[in-house]
Amino acid sequence: MEGILKELEDIVGRRYVSASPEEKYIYSRDQGLQEPHDPDAVVLPGSTEEVQAVIRLANRERVPVVPMGGGLVLSGLTIPQKGGIVLDMKRMNRIIEVNETSRYAVVEGGVSQGVLKAYLERRHPGLKHSLPDAPPVATIAGNVAIHGSGHLSQSEGGFHSEMVTGLEAVLPTGEAVRLGSCSTVPGWFSRAPLPDLAGLFLGWNGTTGIITKIGIKLFPKPKMEDILVYMTGSVDILPDLIYRITGTEMAEDMVAAISPKPDWLRGFPILLITVTANSEEEMAMKVGIIRESVRHYYQTMESGFMPVPPYMKSQFLGAPLKDLSKFADVMKGGGFEYVGSIMPVEKLPGACSAGLDIAEKHRVTCSMGARVIGRGHCMMFFNAYAFNRADEDNMARSALALEETNRATLELGGIPWKAEAPGQQDILRKMEPGTIQLMNRIRSLLDPNGIMNPGNWEAR
Amino acid sequence: MEYQELLHRCFRCGWCKLPLNFVDINCPAYMTYRFESFSPGGRLWLIRAWLQGDVEMSDRFREIIFSCATCKNCVEACALPKIKDNLVDIVIAARNEIVQTGKLPGPVRDYLMRVYDTGNPYGKPQADRLRWTDGLDVPLYRDQEFLLFIGDVGAFDESGMEMARNVAKALQLAGVSFGIMGEEEISDGNDVYALGEKDLFKHLAERLMKGFGDRGVKKIIALSPHSYNAFKNYYAAAGGKIDVLHFSHLLALKLSNINGGTLQARVTFHDPCYLGRWNNDYNACRSVLGGIRGIELAEMERNRANSLCCGGGGGNFFTAMLGSGPDSPSRHRVREALDTGADILAVACPICRKMLEDAVKDESAEDSIRVRDIAGIVLEAAGAWH
Ligand SMILES: Cc1cc2nc3c(=O)[nH]c(=O)nc-3n(C[C@H](O)[C@H](O)[C@H](O)COP(=O)(O)OP(=O)(O)OC[C@H]3O[C@@H](n4cnc5c(N)ncnc54)[C@H](O)[C@@H]3O)c2cc1C
Ligand code: SF4
Ligand code: SF4
Repeated sequence: MEGILKELEDIVGRRYVSASPEEKYIYSRDQGLQEPHDPDAVVLPGSTEEVQAVIRLANRERVPVVPMGGGLVLSGLTIPQKGGIVLDMKRMNRIIEVNETSRYAVVEGGVSQGVLKAYLERRHPGLKHSLPDAPPVATIAGNVAIHGSGHLSQSEGGFHSEMVTGLEAVLPTGEAVRLGSCSTVPGWFSRAPLPDLAGLFLGWNGTTGIITKIGIKLFPKPKMEDILVYMTGSVDILPDLIYRITGTEMAEDMVAAISPKPDWLRGFPILLITVTANSEEEMAMKVGIIRESVRHYYQTMESGFMPVPPYMKSQFLGAPLKDLSKFADVMKGGGFEYVGSIMPVEKLPGACSAGLDIAEKHRVTCSMGARVIGRGHCMMFFNAYAFNRADEDNMARSALALEETNRATLELGGIPWKAEAPGQQDILRKMEPGTIQLMNRIRSLLDPNGIMNPGNWEAR
Repeated sequence: MEYQELLHRCFRCGWCKLPLNFVDINCPAYMTYRFESFSPGGRLWLIRAWLQGDVEMSDRFREIIFSCATCKNCVEACALPKIKDNLVDIVIAARNEIVQTGKLPGPVRDYLMRVYDTGNPYGKPQADRLRWTDGLDVPLYRDQEFLLFIGDVGAFDESGMEMARNVAKALQLAGVSFGIMGEEEISDGNDVYALGEKDLFKHLAERLMKGFGDRGVKKIIALSPHSYNAFKNYYAAAGGKIDVLHFSHLLALKLSNINGGTLQARVTFHDPCYLGRWNNDYNACRSVLGGIRGIELAEMERNRANSLCCGGGGGNFFTAMLGSGPDSPSRHRVREALDTGADILAVACPICRKMLEDAVKDESAEDSIRVRDIAGIVLEAAGAWH
């Protein structure tokens, strides 16, 4: 590795390469429950050319490369399972272009969600992008590389990977490619009408190449936002509530929260409905239509819209929600990891009861909920387990609960999202052999030496 | 180690890397090094790893621990209450552990040794503490209303000395009655404390408290926000009863005594961490600037609680661990100031003054912007400059 380190230093500069025990320690682990594994080196590239040179070197030496953005995926996808180089992308933090009229932004592969948000607020206040509730240092590229979702996933077209308008990526053999309209003409406005090659990098957990630039859709930013909170006595009616409200096309974001804590909320799931508008009249109209769509329920059942005092609203509005990170302190232990399951909305009650059983069986603290994706085309159902980093037994039980939740999700007809390496194997075991073969062929074609994030999506 | 029981509660979620408005990285150490290990959360995880024996004490480890500028951006932005409340104290406690081992990074050791040996971090004779007064009529403290505490940078650094002269002249112009300690002044210990040398801090504090007591000092004006912080928070916590103001507080109060004047300039103000985030004062300096005709105040994107540290806090001014390269906080700050289109970058701390002056030169921006301390701006407006 000595010789390689010197070459890495020549590529990115001495101060941006480290093989010190301290960096090895920090980059060997994430906030979740997967086993740590040391990298051989951590490298911070500053440009596409530097990424290319690092990849070529890694290929020559058959050294694994693990791209990392915010490193906040929680499920170990940036842990270098087979050692090698962790490529921390966050020095590539330039916002290259915002096209106000065609509503897209082009950013480098290490630009964070928070920094893009702040940039738009200052320079393009009429525009916003869809933010996940991850801490604001999560990157745009890392998020689409795992099919993330966020505040506009319900109203504006689904997963964030579906909002990608173009990519520049460095292939595992070192060539830089452009995908989407930017491959052919100057603008980054669309992936159609060309063959859609961007999909080769979306959802692949960094196993097919490194995203160095990304075009992402922006959306109009209405002047006002409000939150409606619908409380029900039963999870069973949630799918139909979601169906009715998404049918109105009046809600921006919809999140169901099913929490065993606080105690008074147990058995009382709530549906948080964010509504945005440009005027009081528009807001009143939208809220009125949403209310009307579920009148049947609040007139006939013990459920209805809760009055929400302003201080409470501020907890639910805004993005990303800081309170979600506070879940890590529930056990006073600095940790949580969640299984996010992409599944049809009608599976929600089943997922809830499976989640409660698993939490009880393993004696772990679990919070559940779901973000609606698209007009209810599916949801991201989450079982979040808070654990105490200083309590090994608690961590072990939480890890077992996660594994069991992955399997339960598949049995229910959903698919674990951003699954840990063992969870990926659970998925692959259920996958059609033809699909696995295709994945393998693509991988070996793109990455003949198997250097990209090995251990992930390794279909055997 | 003190606070050991809290360390595992940091989630390493990274909220602490950004300001509250997310504009850009706002942790000076992380901004400079860019490795996760130099972020606030990374630092806490490494301290825990060290205490558990998972990483050893090494030069790199010390560099990580001592590169924190104690600017408190992380305290402002941290997501988890218990960690947030104690973040910088945890770093200082870890430094204290390292001090106990006796193996310090060279620049930290040298700094502490000089303070120990000579009472100032420059290792200069105490007689030099009066050099800044050359040509000025500044009395020693006898029974004036205030003691003006100059601090190390104001007394020994060329830029700091200019600031000391400005502050003394502006206070005189405002009719404030004050005297100085002169050769008897020693280091206030703020940055010694920040570097974890609590015993040396105690020794300095006791000596200074005695000096104040012997002179019957009741009220102090601090030139440096670092001194202000030490007297207000650490000395008070140690039972020292001192009424302390920063010089900007007095200028804000007495500006009407100065026959105003005008300064046609676009000014952007750089909040010093030890006035702003440490002591929640964001208004005094702005009120001084706002009181001068012709000044148009243009805020940087990171201002008040979101302000970016110049990189000189926590002893870094002397240990220079954050360097002066293009990724250093002071260079970032100057670029941010240039973005406002301001002609003047206003400062209220001698450390910020020197750091940002150097950064303006490194950015070759001398023709676009000049660094001025608040007192200098008051003098310039009043036509009393030089
Ligand atoms: C409190 C909390 C709330 C969260 N809420 C949400 C949410 O609402 N929605 C959501 O989607 N997620 C959420 N997450 C999960 C996760 O944090 C986000 O998805 C985050 O955006 C991941 O981005 P990252 O930059 O941290 O990626 P990383 O963790 O760095 O990487 C994720 C994957 O992408 C790969 N990768 C990273 N960068 C690149 C690149 N440039 N090129 C190729 N591959 C790359 C990595 O190898 C890895 O496989 C949440 C997490 C937390 C802690
Ligand atoms: S210090 Fe606070 S904000 Fe930073 S990583 Fe730790 S818990 Fe998160
Ligand atoms: S005090 Fe400032 S320099 Fe130190 S860790 Fe916090 S943000 Fe970084």
